[in-house]
Amino acid sequence: MDIFSPVQSLADVIVNNWLGITNKYWANAINFFIYDTIKIGLLLVVINYLMAMVRYYLPVEKVRDILAGRKWYGADYLLAAMLGTITPFCSCSSIPLFVGFVGAGIPLGVTFAFLIASPLVNEASLFIFPSIFGLKMTFLYNGLGILVSVLAGMAIQKLKLEKSVNPAFLQYKTRQDAIEENGGNKVPLAKKIAVWRQDAWYITKEIFPYVVFGVGIGALIHGFVPKEFVENNLSAADWWGVPLATILGLPLYANSVSVLPIVEALTGKGVPLGTALAFMTATVTLSIPGLLILKKAMDWKLLSAFVAATGVGIIIMGYFFNLVKI
Amino acid sequence: MDDKITSVEVIGSGCANCKKLHELAVLAAKELNLGIEVAYSDDIQKALAMGVLQFPVLAVNGRAVLTGLADAEKIKKAIAGNH
Repeated sequence: MDIFSPVQSLADVIVNNWLGITNKYWANAINFFIYDTIKIGLLLVVINYLMAMVRYYLPVEKVRDILAGRKWYGADYLLAAMLGTITPFCSCSSIPLFVGFVGAGIPLGVTFAFLIASPLVNEASLFIFPSIFGLKMTFLYNGLGILVSVLAGMAIQKLKLEKSVNPAFLQYKTRQDAIEENGGNKVPLAKKIAVWRQDAWYITKEIFPYVVFGVGIGALIHGFVPKEFVENNLSAADWWGVPLATILGLPLYANSVSVLPIVEALTGKGVPLGTALAFMTATVTLSIPGLLILKKAMDWKLLSAFVAATGVGIIIMGYFFNLVKI
Repeated sequence: MDDKITSVEVIGSGCANCKKLHELAVLAAKELNLGIEVAYSDDIQKALAMGVLQFPVLAVNGRAVLTGLADAEKIKKAIAGNH
């Protein structure tokens, strides 16, 4: 059933036979480390390959044109959220993206639906969740993530904060002649595949060290934190667990793939799933450095509305996963 | 390819990827013997005027030729072949 069971067997063999580790704590930690590094590493290569293809066919410039191209009568929130989930972008692009979208006449709320969905529902939650939490949970998380983005976008739209956008940025309307690396001329498939492979490999190499770091922390939690400690100090009944996890995630910024092993280890120790997920989503969607970048393009009112809408969404999601037993 | 490369510029928000692209572009310009400085700017308006929504941007002669971080080889090709 589990396609990664050979990796688990390999980890068992390495820890028990090759290394001959007898200390229970270290054996557990190292086993987790070997298994997760290999599993996530393999998934990462596949994911980055897929992402390279998406970036090629659906760059954010194209997403903007789709959303600005016609009237969507409310469906644009959903469309923006869904496009956000499949379009990866670096957090350093949040300003040009935001300004470019709003400048193209895309409503503020729709723009935020895109900006919130993009980190909330991402390659990790789509492709790595199934191997850790199962399919049902994957569907629920991603469905809820899109719903939260849509609702948060609508809430921001209701506030009518258009004046909060730094007007200096809006004088540039979109230009049809946005760069298209291969605009017009057909590129042979073999060449495309070579480009994707190159991109995928490069990005994997860039991210992998962070993933190993995340897996390392996860492994230490997995091996050394006693379950009783977590059970005695945190439980689903404690209503403050979810908001606290959200706030704790705020100053941290991390790639979702590298936080995932930590979430995996925490839930393994009895931290309620919703609380652990709230921590993860807060880390990837709301980070103080990321917010400071966005601040350049908007005033505090709009920025606070964004943080509040997203934060409330994360907290609701956290409670949902704590209360509903999956 | 006869056009002369008069300017190479990296536009970004100061993020890690942006700085890295600049470093790589500086190296690429050296290897291509362009004899010009690779400028770095955080002027968002400039990027938007080029029709780009993603940082970092690599621009040659004021035209965006590449967005996002790429490896040294790709950057060199983008500078040499796109102007």
